[in-house]
Amino acid sequence: MKKWQLGAIGALSLGLLGGVYLGATAQTMDKVVVGVSWSNFQEERWKTDEAAIKSALAAAGAEYVSTDAQSSAEKQVNDVNTLISRGAKAIILLAQDKDAIGPAIEAAKAAKIPVLAYDRLVEDPYAYYLTFDNVEVGRIMAREVQKVRPSGNYVFIRGDPGDANATFVYNGQIEVLSAAIKAGRIKNVAEQATEGWKPENAQRNMEQILTRINNKVDAVMSSNDGMAGGAVAALAAVKLAGKVAVSGQDGDLGALNRVALGTQTVSVWKDSRALGKSAGEIALALAKGTAPSAIKGTKVFNGGPKKVAMNSTLLAPVGITRKNLNVVLDAKWISKDVLCKGVNKVLVAVCK
Amino acid sequence: MQNAQTNRPKSLLASLGVDIQLLTLILALVAVWVGFQIWSGGIFLSPRNLWTLTAQTAVVGIMVGGMVLVIVARQIDLGVGSVLGFTAMIMAVLQASAPMGLNLPWVLAMLVGIAVGVLIGAFNGYLSAFWGVPAFVVTLAGMLVFRNGTFSVSSFTIAPLDPTFQILGGGINGSIGELWTWVFGIAASLLVVWQTITGRTRRQKNGFDVRPMWSEALVLGVTVALILAFAAVMNSYPIPGTGIDNIPAVASGMPVPTLIALAVLGYLNWMTRATRFGRYIFAIGGNPEAANLAGINVKMMMVYIFALMGFLTAIAAAVQAARLNSATPTVGRDLELTVIAGAVIGGTVLSGGSGTILGAALGALLMSSLENGLGLVGVRTEQQKIYLGIVLLVAVLWNVISTRRKGGR
Repeated sequence: MKKWQLGAIGALSLGLLGGVYLGATAQTMDKVVVGVSWSNFQEERWKTDEAAIKSALAAAGAEYVSTDAQSSAEKQVNDVNTLISRGAKAIILLAQDKDAIGPAIEAAKAAKIPVLAYDRLVEDPYAYYLTFDNVEVGRIMAREVQKVRPSGNYVFIRGDPGDANATFVYNGQIEVLSAAIKAGRIKNVAEQATEGWKPENAQRNMEQILTRINNKVDAVMSSNDGMAGGAVAALAAVKLAGKVAVSGQDGDLGALNRVALGTQTVSVWKDSRALGKSAGEIALALAKGTAPSAIKGTKVFNGGPKKVAMNSTLLAPVGITRKNLNVVLDAKWISKDVLCKGVNKVLVAVCK
Repeated sequence: MQNAQTNRPKSLLASLGVDIQLLTLILALVAVWVGFQIWSGGIFLSPRNLWTLTAQTAVVGIMVGGMVLVIVARQIDLGVGSVLGFTAMIMAVLQASAPMGLNLPWVLAMLVGIAVGVLIGAFNGYLSAFWGVPAFVVTLAGMLVFRNGTFSVSSFTIAPLDPTFQILGGGINGSIGELWTWVFGIAASLLVVWQTITGRTRRQKNGFDVRPMWSEALVLGVTVALILAFAAVMNSYPIPGTGIDNIPAVASGMPVPTLIALAVLGYLNWMTRATRFGRYIFAIGGNPEAANLAGINVKMMMVYIFALMGFLTAIAAAVQAARLNSATPTVGRDLELTVIAGAVIGGTVLSGGSGTILGAALGALLMSSLENGLGLVGVRTEQQKIYLGIVLLVAVLWNVISTRRKGGR
């Protein structure tokens, strides 16, 4: 262990020395360093992303360095400078605050180090934006729900009114459903935003909607899994759980269990390992001087609040329904006993 | 506290012995209910919606009485939302997702959560009473610590929970049925009658003022009628899936969370009026120095009061998790504000010394009725908070005005 640490420190110092003294000529013998600035690594989810980024970098023989801003936008600006001085040739940035991060982007720009905005939008044309396509999330929800309820009364449980992602998801849903709505097959009977995406608020809103429309509902377009849980609890209280199609996203373990049980129709899953892998690969390409627009699959994104045009890759999420539950099992995202808790094994093949 | 008014002829209100603040609150509630009944085209006061309303109010209802005691004792607890999230998550993880698959039975999981809630509360009280750290700061720190503590216990949603545990939340099978609802209604009525009689006799024996007989009977009659009407309404909501398609209707009865909230509020109401513990709290709130000199162990009382708040928060956490059939890392966020608002609308004075459990219960019901009604008629979430803010402001303004009038008499 000690030896290994010494070795690592040695390699790191050598790398730094190489970077500082030998400059561009040393690149052949020197590992490429990619820096990641996390906004708050305490949150469980980023551990999965980190592992994927690390393995993508390791596969290309590159080195991973990281900092954690611990939810402080001020600290993150310093963190980015630290990464630059530690020899990072590209920076993957999970911004704590998309507006307060400006000085960090400026610093990277001055040092000519490419920046990849990871999962959260940083509205600066210098940054490359990588995330899941949130509009597509809404489209997938709508497609899967429409498959099982092609007509009838739809309720929309939307995300937080102040969150741009909530609008993206909703727009995707409407895009798919608008033809059926115009034709009168699908009726938007009620719609309510949910403060803070809170499941308990979604439950209360759903209870009120059910009372108002006297239980006449065929589908609930919930914008995420937590709120879907609240909506299903409200439906269960009037014995409608399983009879009404319900959407969601995030691949929450409880939601995947509901999909297996049949009380939720779809959970759109954004595999953070795929996001991490792409981040590692794109960051390496950028570090090697590839023009952002030349990276495979790059499209222009200008759907942010300020409509800034940016190079971007938007990964397509996967809709998990009862038919493809094996995807989350194979990915070891969920264990079989959690997924299949209380599930009728005859109806769901993967639970056998 | 009403003053005995011996020197002047009694007004109608005075002889009824009804607190003016409480009366305005009841009138406001009636106005809100009638308004929503009209606005919603007659569904607000339907048995179904009233049934849902009581279940929706339960979580705040369980906590609001504890908050009154905390505020009366000149303290505040800003951490209840976070502690609710923390204890709910502990209860959920222990019963559904314990490490190494060692899931506990739901009762044990709940007891552990309650114990944690009590300990957190007691620790808050200890820090503020024995070390002199203002409760505002102690519990503000607790708010930060336990919200992030919730994330540390589990950063993702735990669902589903034990089916028996879910009964606490009032979902399917979560009502006590027709018979027990009537039993509850009659028992509560008898309790009120008994309390009125013994209270009256005690006051007479000690030479205190009592209400005229007719007014005593009127207040008692109205109270009993309200209790029985409540039981009747709860019983006229049929269990979903019955009462249609030739299936005979089966009365659902009172939801379990409502029963818990009413039991808690009823007990606290009695405790503040009839026990030494309750009177000590008001004595401390009135003048902590004097209370100390009078031999009340003010410091230990603080520990008890905060521990009680922690206990109630954990009970509310169980109800919330059961109702949602899950525990989420964000559950209970901002809830402390709703609880404090309920207490304040109910006439609790933030500087301490004065407040009633009954008022706070009505305050919580008023807030919850507004949220329920605005949701029912489909007012957008963004706008609902504007109405709630205005109501809070008007209620406190009214309290200030009426207190000033009382004082200037």
